[in-house]
Amino acid sequence: MATVGRALLILALVVAAYGVLASIYGARAQRPEWVASGRRAVYAVAALATGAFAILEIAFLRSDFSLSIVASHSSTTTPTFYKAAAAWSSQEGSLLLWLWLLSLWSSLVLFLTRRQLRLVAPYATAVLLGFAAFFAGLLVFKASPFQTLAMVPAEGSGLNPLLRHPSMMIHPPMLYSGYTLFAIPFAFAIGALITRQVGAADWIRSTRRFALAAWFFLGIGVMLGARWSYMELGWGGYWAWDPVENASLLPWLTGTAFLHSIMIQEKRGMLKIWNISLVLTTGILAILGTFLVRSGILDSIHAFVGSSLGGPFVVLIGTMIAGSIGLVVWRREALRSENRLDSMLSREAIFLANNLVLVGLAFVVFWGTFWPLIAEALTGSRRALGPPWFDRYTVPLAIVLVLLSGIGPLIAWRRATAANVRRNFLFPVALALLLGVVLAAFGVGSRPLALAMFVCGAFVVFAVGQEFWRGVRVRRAMTDDGPLAALLALVGRNRRRYGGYLVHVGMAVLFIGIAASTAFNATTDVRMNPGDKTTVGGYEFTYDKPTSGATFTQAGNIEKISFGAIVTIRKDGKTVASLRPERGYYPSRDASLGPVGRYFEGEATSEVGLKGGLQRDLWTAMTPNIRALKPVIDEGDKVLGAVVDELPPEEAGALLGRSLRVLIERYEAKPPAATFRFITSPMVTWLWIGALIVFGGGLIAMWPAPDAARRRATAKLAARVAEDLGRTEKRAETRTA
Amino acid sequence: MHPARKRRIRLIVALSAAVILACALVYTSFGASDESVQPSQLTGAQPGVSYQLTGKVADGSVRERSGGVDFRVRDREGSKSVPVTYTGAVPDPFREGREVIVTVRRQGSMFVAERDCAIRSSRSARRSSPKTPTRRADPWRRSAAPC
Amino acid sequence: MDIVAALVILVAICGVAWIVSAPLRWGGERMQAEVSDRVAELRAHRDAKYREIRDAELDMQTGKLSADDHRVLDRQLRAEAMEILRELDDAER
Repeated sequence: MATVGRALLILALVVAAYGVLASIYGARAQRPEWVASGRRAVYAVAALATGAFAILEIAFLRSDFSLSIVASHSSTTTPTFYKAAAAWSSQEGSLLLWLWLLSLWSSLVLFLTRRQLRLVAPYATAVLLGFAAFFAGLLVFKASPFQTLAMVPAEGSGLNPLLRHPSMMIHPPMLYSGYTLFAIPFAFAIGALITRQVGAADWIRSTRRFALAAWFFLGIGVMLGARWSYMELGWGGYWAWDPVENASLLPWLTGTAFLHSIMIQEKRGMLKIWNISLVLTTGILAILGTFLVRSGILDSIHAFVGSSLGGPFVVLIGTMIAGSIGLVVWRREALRSENRLDSMLSREAIFLANNLVLVGLAFVVFWGTFWPLIAEALTGSRRALGPPWFDRYTVPLAIVLVLLSGIGPLIAWRRATAANVRRNFLFPVALALLLGVVLAAFGVGSRPLALAMFVCGAFVVFAVGQEFWRGVRVRRAMTDDGPLAALLALVGRNRRRYGGYLVHVGMAVLFIGIAASTAFNATTDVRMNPGDKTTVGGYEFTYDKPTSGATFTQAGNIEKISFGAIVTIRKDGKTVASLRPERGYYPSRDASLGPVGRYFEGEATSEVGLKGGLQRDLWTAMTPNIRALKPVIDEGDKVLGAVVDELPPEEAGALLGRSLRVLIERYEAKPPAATFRFITSPMVTWLWIGALIVFGGGLIAMWPAPDAARRRATAKLAARVAEDLGRTEKRAETRTA
Repeated sequence: MHPARKRRIRLIVALSAAVILACALVYTSFGASDESVQPSQLTGAQPGVSYQLTGKVADGSVRERSGGVDFRVRDREGSKSVPVTYTGAVPDPFREGREVIVTVRRQGSMFVAERDCAIRSSRSARRSSPKTPTRRADPWRRSAAPC
Repeated sequence: MDIVAALVILVAICGVAWIVSAPLRWGGERMQAEVSDRVAELRAHRDAKYREIRDAELDMQTGKLSADDHRVLDRQLRAEAMEILRELDDAER
């Protein structure tokens, strides 16, 4: 089967290369049959990649250890769900996932636009197939997922236990969907530049949709990563300005900017150079993000050690940058603005400001992420910037961004009436300031930046609330709908606008959550024995008693030993929660560490004890003092090591099982002191709720209006405009008569 | 004011803001960043200055204590090592022999690590092929069943 | 390589070649453009203009635009829409 997989990939590479040539030839020679052939090459690559991916997945699900990556990333004891997901935990498998997703999305998009964008599509096809060829080439020549082992092991190494979390397994497909989806607007932008179609309404409409889908999936991927960090890692944070985190955020920031500024181009024919640059930059940043994870050039928890893929990626990114700049310069005539801004008091102007802030944010994050390399190039020594530097610049920019997202909905397109603006702002601003005063009275003023974010976030919520209120009122005045029906009809007929408003509310809620949880959290690290208690953030944490246990595989082997604790949390004497943080120890494969000892030299994971809530999260993780158990472990190793060769395997196994049981029971009976981390963190849940609102709003904005409604709206407008046409022509007739 | 002039003023304001931000970033990057070093480069370390120390955790050097761990960091290739005392959450992949990145400051002959700085930077070894010998099955693997 | 694998690969190659070469075998006759690019472009332009008109109306209804300002803007947008409709008529003929 591995041979078939490898053959499919080679075939995909060949077909992709063919498709590039066929599409370009068909476009230049005006031979639509060659263009169609090129498009079908994309479908073929998708089919081949699907086949190769299926083969890989089947190998993982069947625990076929003849494949090298299956042996090193899975085991017979891995649960089925994680076996399937282990396919993309490896470098090679994730490259194949990238190729598969790219070809799938490309096929879908090219199929949907097969009768439109005739000038642009062939070149876009060529670019997309170029990416496919690049990744297929990597898979064939440098990082084959179908490498076989000469000697097939009986058992695999297993999936890194840190990755055994549902979020962690969905995170890569979501991220890669986002990255590959951003490749599509990039490709269409290149095509539009080559064919001078950058001003075309058709191109704008299509590109906007793809970019929105990409933004959606990439955002989900970023959020899942943050959630995993919070729930699985032992530090209790959700964002650390890690280079790979930043790399996934960068295209999201520029993509958000693009989604706004493209609306200006749609309405006024302005900002063509800006928009095309944003789209191209976003595509480059998406590839850069993929590259950063693979190359190991920046120190990060994500980086795959010792990768040789850096070279090809640098060449690809360099080509993309050079090509983009070259094309923009070559076509600068076609990129002239048709109009100018009518007024600074317009939604267009706010969008411009929003773009500047978003690009500013992207620049800050980019600079901080690549600073180690820049500094090395400038001074010869590597330097690193930490979270405090990032926070210093991103926090004020984020506050301004939230503020703008509240102003935008309150201002009309083109030119707002000043008197109306004053009236519209009154209510939301007043309420927000009132809230600010109240919060300051409660002591929130001790953290002015957090207070500013709360006020701005509240302003957004009130402003958008006012918008919905007014819209529903208008609708009910026109029809006799009840409030709910009116709301649904309002949103249904204006999905872009109200979906967008919801996204703004979601972002405001998200930032309020971030501000509250970072500015007002209380953290303590403390060593405790059973019975000890400590107070953090107004809550009393008591280490009641230790827990210990083992989880078994289906075959009856011990998969994991866990030592944990029961922690009771009280406030004002009342019990608020009972948490069970744990540390799980997975055995190492290295038998030389001793039969018992190797359980504590393999991977360890934290099970976090978490009581979430709207008001605050109570978070706890613990680390038992394994060193205190060392004498017992060493004793076990010595005794068992002496008998392993003399006893038959079943008896030896039973003896080991008994020893481990003794160890586990001893932990509960005479527990050594354990180190606990307790965190009380207000309003973390608002982060996740805000993210859900953002994605809900995004879905609404993306949802295509049903055809019938669209036709009705078009027909009504057409009738009105035709009426005007009739009136004007009649007037012209009477004048000439 | 003439609309063209208004536009030019807007453009200048926007560009100036961008330039100021860029300058602020560049200016503070040098001051706010820590030099990335390996243990052998720390011989001339100045007290009170932050360094980003990268290397491997020296075997046998890890001592747990209340609130953190003490360990030694050695060069990736080489044996020169320095002592580090670390307070904060110990990352799950933290192990002897594994890569670690900590931000440290010299205090006498000891290097004090910033709180929590290691949490995202202890890499687990990712092997590309399993090291276990394949011929002889692990004797303990078959049934470490409880009794 | 076993025989099954070889067969699968052969099938894959044939399938791909067949799919990809299909348009070339049909030749140019089946590749008639159903809708010319100009018409598609104008339709997209028209839809965008209609959206602008509706947006302006909603802006007025939700109090962001005064009735006077809206009247001026609406007339301007309708004129632009008429232009597009005229061009569309010409192109469709």
